[in-house]
Amino acid sequence: MRFALVIIAVFLTSVVPPARAETTLRVVMHSDLKIVDPIWTTAYIVRNHGYMIYDTLFAMDAKGEIKPQMLDRYEVSGDKLTYTLTLRDGLLWHDGKPVTSEDCVASIKRWGAKDSMGQKLLSFVKDFQVVNAKTFKILLKEPTGLVLSALGKPSSNVPFMMPKRVAETDPNTQISEFVGSGPFVFKKDEWKPGDKAVYVKFDKYKPRGEAPSGLAGAKIAKVDRVEWRAIPDHQTAINALLAGELDYIESPPHDLYPVLKADANVRLANLNPLGNQYTFRYNALHKPFDNPKIRQAVMWAFNQEDFLKAVIGDSQYYKVCQSLFPCGSPMASTKGFEGGLLVESNLAKARQLLKEGGYDGTPVVLMHSTDLAVLANLAPVAKSLMEKAGMKVEMQSMDWQTLVSRRAKKDPPTAGGWNAFLTSWVAGDILNPVMMGFLNASCDKAMFGWPCDAEMEKIRDQFARETELAKQKALAEASQLRLVQYPTHIPLGQWYGAVAVRKNVQGMMEAPVTVFWNVEIK
Amino acid sequence: MLPYIGRRLLATIPVMAVVAVFVFLLLRLTAGDPAAIIAGDNATARDVAQIRERLGLDEPLVRQFGIWLQRILRGDFGESFFFKKTVAELILARLEPTLALAACTLVLAVSMAVPLGILAAWKRGSWIDRFVMGLSVLGFSVPAFVIGYALMYLFAIQLAWLPVQGYQRIGDGFGGFIQRLILPSFALAVIYVALIARITRASVLEVLNADHVRTARAKGLSEAPVLLRHVLRNAAVPIVTVIGFGVALLIGGVVVTESVFSIPGLGRLTVDAVLARDYPTVQAVVLLFSAVYVLINLLVDLTYTFLDPRIRY
Repeated sequence: MRFALVIIAVFLTSVVPPARAETTLRVVMHSDLKIVDPIWTTAYIVRNHGYMIYDTLFAMDAKGEIKPQMLDRYEVSGDKLTYTLTLRDGLLWHDGKPVTSEDCVASIKRWGAKDSMGQKLLSFVKDFQVVNAKTFKILLKEPTGLVLSALGKPSSNVPFMMPKRVAETDPNTQISEFVGSGPFVFKKDEWKPGDKAVYVKFDKYKPRGEAPSGLAGAKIAKVDRVEWRAIPDHQTAINALLAGELDYIESPPHDLYPVLKADANVRLANLNPLGNQYTFRYNALHKPFDNPKIRQAVMWAFNQEDFLKAVIGDSQYYKVCQSLFPCGSPMASTKGFEGGLLVESNLAKARQLLKEGGYDGTPVVLMHSTDLAVLANLAPVAKSLMEKAGMKVEMQSMDWQTLVSRRAKKDPPTAGGWNAFLTSWVAGDILNPVMMGFLNASCDKAMFGWPCDAEMEKIRDQFARETELAKQKALAEASQLRLVQYPTHIPLGQWYGAVAVRKNVQGMMEAPVTVFWNVEIK
Repeated sequence: MLPYIGRRLLATIPVMAVVAVFVFLLLRLTAGDPAAIIAGDNATARDVAQIRERLGLDEPLVRQFGIWLQRILRGDFGESFFFKKTVAELILARLEPTLALAACTLVLAVSMAVPLGILAAWKRGSWIDRFVMGLSVLGFSVPAFVIGYALMYLFAIQLAWLPVQGYQRIGDGFGGFIQRLILPSFALAVIYVALIARITRASVLEVLNADHVRTARAKGLSEAPVLLRHVLRNAAVPIVTVIGFGVALLIGGVVVTESVFSIPGLGRLTVDAVLARDYPTVQAVVLLFSAVYVLINLLVDLTYTFLDPRIRY
């Protein structure tokens, strides 16, 4: 019997395939890649795909500063109405053709038709002027500080550059050709949705001379091939990492960190120092949250630590942040949040505000998403704290996709609508009042929740026009002060997720987006 | 026989039609909007509305159903909302892993369960019988995903004999192909082993007491030919029925097993499509599964005529 077992073991060991190529990085991302047009959708997995194969004119470095990326240089005229952008030498598309100014202008136009920040930027643009193959001008109607921050925005939708023939695709139609100028080439023939997406090193990519920093600097592909494997089950992915069948997991769940930490061949690394921000979103259309006083009451009832402990648990991976903008980012400030707001629940103050607001016991329909581990425990905490303050809460549980479609409904909560839900934002998406979608208070044009406040819109508009950093900071603080008076949403603290990698994987970049240049297998 | 087969095949048409209507309505009544999922979390209401329009989801339900039905009758399952590929292409790409897993599971289950069932019946009341029936209860009780994780932990993580997950096409090497199928097939087979072994035992027990078996033994035949030639053949009809039933159940089993072992088959495609509300894909896969179910039942019925000459259609 023992002999038979040995024979079986020898057979099984003998049919194990030969050692993999040293330069193939096998990765499990947070989701499967189903769509491949990063302008058509805002999904983060598609944005990450974009960073693999496309390049950007500007990019955000590790300090949060916007630096030229595809550009050799840019100049701003004295009246701040003309930006002259000059491309670097030697930039090539994956089909071998040179990157030209016309490609970039077409790409900016397609992105600007879809992205909210791009739309804002294009509202300032009078015209684009192609000077020659490498130089083009952006002519503005009036000065704005948005040119660099919009073209260098790190998260969805990212202004990726595409060849003119591709960028001329209707923005509401998916592109069907995937030619970029980034450090990796997308292998369309090997892309099997639900199985894997494959990228190979672009040998003719010309990296910048500076050291890599955040999403800026030299993008050097140090592995020949990157495979994004679709493994939807977290436990299976972790088992595969432990067994050496994978090299990298982008977002293992927090409750499995101890299993990963216990293995000598695996390590956890936080690559996104700004992390993510939990957010409570009101629906300003319906009672009781159509009343700012009642929204303020909820703000005073909440404290971030309760939420963060309930979901993340380990304080190593969360931070109480008494700021609307992510702590550690340029616009972060505590102004207006004095008196323990968001740090300690002040239930007496919350009850007083409910009284002043004339709260009549209308139940709050709170949508609770149950299927995403990083969100599932938030709503029960919100319910408990609101009830402690004296509100009635009807928590309705559903999967995230149901919540996503329901939150778009403007119907009253009694007719399939809603009053509130909780979500999470990547810090890179909420760095200033224009980027922060939930601060948009333009009534019907605002994101779901539809807050309506001329004062907030005025501040956001001033921010868009401002070009000096100090004045931008002052306006960001003004938006925070206004938020306390007219809450559009409540920031509920920062949390961090670590990537899990085999110890021989090195060189991962600290950035708001997972990128694979500079990563090597030793 | 042929008219019977023709009638049975014709009878599948109303069955498929009912399934088609049911699946179409069920999907539309389920909460969730594929356009919102496609647009992503940061999308505006306008983006979502544009995608809805492009996918034809803003049309009245009756019109959407009419368009889909026309396409189905032309053999066109449409295009996936997400993958920018036709549903037929997606299904074809996922067919091999699922067929391989199902076939491997079936072979494993039958080759283990039938001998175990015969053994248990032959040694009725002995410790062997109790052991086999105990295993059978355990097989019924433990979910496939638990067995899957346990096998994965032991054979892939601790012993490192087999890979944790994945699938290798048979064209890329038989060794890697079979190696990746062992754990998922075994995890999936356990419940069928339990089911088939119990039915085999019951069926064999019934025949063991029959007159012709007593006669065979009286003729001096040894136990092996008695069991295999005289008992098993006469006990085969219920066993084949339960194997056919098991094949239909496999359709549900592969959904879980393919997810646990990360096998890119039809089960995973179904889960992904349901979660993403990819209506054309879900509709096509459910129709396919229904057709397979109906055909397997037909095949089982036809097999009876070979096993029992008294049965004629």
